[in-house]
Amino acid sequence: MITDWNPWQALAGGGLIGLSAALLLLSNGKIAGISGIVGRLMLAPGEGAAWRAAFLAGLLSGPLLFVAFAGHWPDIGIDASWPVLLAAGLLVGAGTRWGHGCTSGHGVCGLARLSRRSMVAVATFMAAAIVTVFVVRHGIQP
Amino acid sequence: MTARILAALAAGLLFGLGLAVSGMMNPRRVLGFLDVAGSWDPTLAFVLAGAVGVSAAGYLVARRIKRPWLAPSFDIPTRRDIDAPLVGGAILFGIGWGLSGFCPGPALAALGAGLPGDLIFVAAMLAGMWISARLERFRATSQR
Repeated sequence: MITDWNPWQALAGGGLIGLSAALLLLSNGKIAGISGIVGRLMLAPGEGAAWRAAFLAGLLSGPLLFVAFAGHWPDIGIDASWPVLLAAGLLVGAGTRWGHGCTSGHGVCGLARLSRRSMVAVATFMAAAIVTVFVVRHGIQP
Repeated sequence: MTARILAALAAGLLFGLGLAVSGMMNPRRVLGFLDVAGSWDPTLAFVLAGAVGVSAAGYLVARRIKRPWLAPSFDIPTRRDIDAPLVGGAILFGIGWGLSGFCPGPALAALGAGLPGDLIFVAAMLAGMWISARLERFRATSQR
């Protein structure tokens, strides 16, 4: 459980993510949807493979800038067991592919352009995730 | 061409840095937001608000210019219909997100830390994408 949280740091981090989406849109005309970028790169490379690979290289290197400034990695607390992570990964991979987007494509980009589909997708995956966490943490009481 | 790739690289760097600064690379914190019945952690709401706010400014600028700075045209989804794959996919994604606290961006950004749990999640996520694409192709050919 984490009890400390900092709204300014959260807003600043979010602002950087928004800046990323705006930059990709205004320079390349593309949506910064991570599941779409990875999925297309893996399943249908060809035209667009270069910018997608460059974006992903940046995504993986971005946290290293944080490490360079802060001197340590940001906290990454993984409590789920390996079988659960395996199942979760499969669900996230298949679900984002099927639903055409994740927290970035539907959330950051879709909500920003007031897309009806994205609003429905965000409300749906938020609700599904909240119910899942509720069942896992509070559903089965001894 | 090179400028487009450099811009995409810079956008990726900003995204990864933003995830690290925001605390969203920490599944524990994400699950703290999703756990509305526990000691709620509102961080994700502030991150999303900051991200959507700045991103929306980008869309407002995009509407005023005819074409992107480095590309011939904008490539923005135009569909408005709510169909079963959209909702069904979002439900599957939400369950996986709630089980792990990982969504695609943070899971990929965290790869550099080399945590086994993250590597398993990302490998499974890529497999899930591949399986989903396979199923779609199978359905498309069997309907013909």
